[in-house]
This record gives sequence, C-alpha cells and structure tokens, in this order.
Amino acid sequence: MEVSVTVNGTARSADVELRTLLVHYLRDVLGLTGTNVGCDTSSCGACTVLVDGRSAKSCTLLAVQVDGADVTTIEGLAGPDGLHPMQQAFHECHALQCGYCTPGMVMAAVSLVDEYDDLDAAGVRVGLEGNLCRCTGYQNIVAAVLAVGE
Amino acid sequence: MIPAAVDYVRADSAEAAIAALAEAGDEAKLLAGGQSLVPLMRLRLATPSVLVDIGRLDGLAGISVDGDTVGIGALTTHSALEHSADLAAACPLLAHVAAQVGDPAVRHRGTLGGSLAHADPASDLPAAVLALGGTLVATGPGGSREIAATDFFTGFLESVLGPDELLTEVRVPVSTGGWCYQKFNRRAQDWAIVGVVVAEGGAGVALVNMGSTPMRAAGVEAAVAAGASAGDAASAAADGTEPPTDNNADGDYRAHLARVLTERALVAAGA
Ligand SMILES: Cc1cc2nc3c(=O)[nH]c(=O)nc-3n(C[C@H](O)[C@H](O)[C@H](O)COP(=O)(O)OP(=O)(O)OC[C@H]3O[C@@H](n4cnc5c(N)ncnc54)[C@H](O)[C@@H]3O)c2cc1C
Ligand code: FES
Ligand code: FES
Repeated sequence: MEVSVTVNGTARSADVELRTLLVHYLRDVLGLTGTNVGCDTSSCGACTVLVDGRSAKSCTLLAVQVDGADVTTIEGLAGPDGLHPMQQAFHECHALQCGYCTPGMVMAAVSLVDEYDDLDAAGVRVGLEGNLCRCTGYQNIVAAVLAVGE
Repeated sequence: MIPAAVDYVRADSAEAAIAALAEAGDEAKLLAGGQSLVPLMRLRLATPSVLVDIGRLDGLAGISVDGDTVGIGALTTHSALEHSADLAAACPLLAHVAAQVGDPAVRHRGTLGGSLAHADPASDLPAAVLALGGTLVATGPGGSREIAATDFFTGFLESVLGPDELLTEVRVPVSTGGWCYQKFNRRAQDWAIVGVVVAEGGAGVALVNMGSTPMRAAGVEAAVAAGASAGDAASAAADGTEPPTDNNADGDYRAHLARVLTERALVAAGA
C-alpha cells in the first residue's frame, strides 16, 4: 500500500508491504538510519520518534498507521542555527557514551518536556522509563533534560 | 522480528469496521493503538489475516460527563485520560491509573478500549474499570449492547466480545469517594506483579495479575461494607484467587502482596 508521511518537514511516499513497521519504513525505505532498533519487545525506546509531535515507538507501529501523519526523527531536530536545545544539552552534559540509545532518548526527552510542566529529576526519570541506556547510568541524561525542561 | 504478512482495511466508521470484521471472518483483528497487538505480531504470537484499523475513528475518542456518568470513547488514549481536566474532576482514579500504564510513548498510542478488549489480567485499566463498577458498550451487526465490567472478562485474554463486535464506549460513575491504586513492580515501565485498585472508599476493590482475568475482590468489599478495619478486610484479598507463578513471583508471594497492597490502598482511600 502507498504510505505517505511528512518526515522532518518533507512529504515522502512509498509503496510498502502492509506489515512494514514504521522503523523499517524510516530506515530501509527512506534511508533515515538515525532511528535505531534495540529490542524485539517494545521495551528499549531506541526507535522513539515523534508522531504529530508526541513520542512513539516506531517499532511498535505499522507504517500504515501513520499514513498522513507528521513524523520527526533525530535527523529533523537540528535547524539552520545548529543543534536543537535538547541535542545541545546532551552534548554539554555528556549525556551519552556509545550513543546507541541517544536518538531515541533525545526524541523521548523532547516530547517529555513539551508534555509535562515543572519536571523535576524524579519526573524525568519516570518520564524516560521507556528508554533504556546501558552506558551512562542515566545521571547525565537526567541533567541534560532538566537543563532544557526547567 | 517482522510481523507475518497481513491484509489491512482502514475503517472510516464503526459500521464499516463491523462490516469489515464480518466479511474477513475469524482471523481478522481490530487494530486500535497497536500497543498490545503489534508487539504480539512482531513475536508472531498473533498472526491475523486482516487488520481492521479503527485508529482513526476520532468520533470514538473523547471524554464527556453527563449527570453522574462519565462516558469515555473506546479510542481515547491513555495519555488523553491522564491529561483530561474533566476526568481529573469526575473520576481522578481513572486518570491516575492511566498515567501508570507503560511509558509516555505507549500512552500516546494505546487506547482504553484496546486495553479492555485485550483482557490481560496484568493490565491496569481493566481493574480500575472493574473497581469503579463500569459498563462497556459493544456494537455489532445487531446494534449496541451494554455489558457490566464484572461480566466482561471470561478468561486469559478472553472476553464476551463477539468476533464481529467492537467496543465503542466505556462508562463509569462519577466518583466522589476515596481511592488508591497500588501498583507493585520492580522494573521501570513494567506491568504490575500485583496491583490493587480501591474505588469509592472501599466499595469497589479489584486485583491486577492475581488470576487468569482482572477480578474484583468480593471478600474485601463485603468486609469493608460490614465495617471491618482495613487490616481485617485486606486479609480476604487473596481469597478465591489462583495467582500465577512466573519469573517475577510465585503464587504465594502474590497472595501475600495482594493482602499487603490491599491494606495500604484501603488506608489511603480512607476505608
Ligand atoms: C512497552 C509497553 C509497556 C506496557 N505497559 C503496560 C502497563 O504497565 N500496564 C498496562 O495496562 N498496559 C501496558 N501496556 C499495554 C498498553 O496498555 C496497550 O495500549 C493496551 O493494552 C492496548 O491498547 P491498544 O489501543 O494499543 O490496542 P491494540 O494493540 O490495537 O489492540 C489490542 C487488542 O484489543 C482489540 N481491540 C482494540 N480496540 C478494540 C475495540 N475498540 N473493540 C474491540 N476490540 C478492540 C484488538 O483487536 C487486539 O486484540 C504496555 C505496552 C507496551 C508496548
Ligand atoms: S526497538 Fe526497542 S522499543 Fe523499539
Ligand atoms: S549511551 Fe550507550 S546505550 Fe545509552
């Protein structure tokens, strides 16, 4: 079926199998490999993107479900003036080590600070519970999100 | 893993969804948020022949308070429940429980109707609707029928819903009494190892993950009604249950948890 999605502000369209997951549509069809796959169980959040402005696990959606939607991936965050504030905060707070979780973590964090007011450290930890990081111990991730969310 | 090949119909009305289900036969499945079905399809534990996508039936999403009843469209997301000012005023328990489901990304897509229809005893919202004494509205080829939440769940991932019926609405009474949800788990974003929902100051008590279906704790409710203390009432929490044994906990430990969490929840709810 023809699936049309506005990805990072650009209208894209492709004829894909109905069983195609959104993450494979992004990676394999559109070549946007910033969005990672880290698990088979919808638990790691490495695949998190924004669908109509809110975080979603792109491994847990069929591409046909977002036909017509607006999708933002990590490739679409930075603007002409440089990094998105959340990317900048991750950079400054050293909120990544291997970087595998980072695209999903950043997308989840962007959605989180938009969705919840008055986030404190505990709120950030709970809000990012769907995103696993095997390297950092989360401390600097929380600091980066707080730097933007406060 | 990638789901098995599947056909797909996008429904633009409840009637169209029912017609598509009738036409597609037994192996068809409704697709709402996909937050339970897509993971099962990825593991190939579910291999539907046709998906009937009801995710765009915006008319079935929304919360309205009419007199002493809160009506919630089946397609209302967990996130919408969590953030609704109307629900926070009319039934704060349900808004709170919705906010305990999974993680934000799951809550943005998963729906109340999907959570109930999936009928997982480990899910949070079915127990909340049970404790609140809710009613489910199902629509099929012959029209709509109302099903008391207490009559809805029949077995593990099974309900009284027919293969060509869809849930359209969930109704709960406006709730004024004390409430509490005790969700016990040990990993972030996880399902409850055991959960206890107390509604209306102890008039409604329901258990998560204490058997093959979400269930009410009738013994606790009766004891509260008879004026028992929270501790005495809670001692009946595991009566008549057959809690599962799995990697997280054995059945005896679950029974213990049910009693402890019930006492805490009753105290917090002012029973
Ligand atoms: C990582 C993760 C963590 C989670 N954690 C929790 C948790 O802690 N607690 C919890 O309770 N849940 C949890 N969930 C499950 C989540 O709540 C699901 O959103 C919900 O169970 C299903 O809703 P859905 O709209 O996504 O349904 P779908 O996945 O689309 O459908 C589920 C089932 O219900 C049927 N169905 C859907 N809508 C209807 C309808 N209107 N009428 C009839 N049948 C229908 C479908 O055919 C399917 O069989 C988690 C999910 C994930 C991926
Ligand atoms: S790849 Fe792990 S949640 Fe999507
Ligand atoms: S930086 Fe390595 S998994 Fe998070």
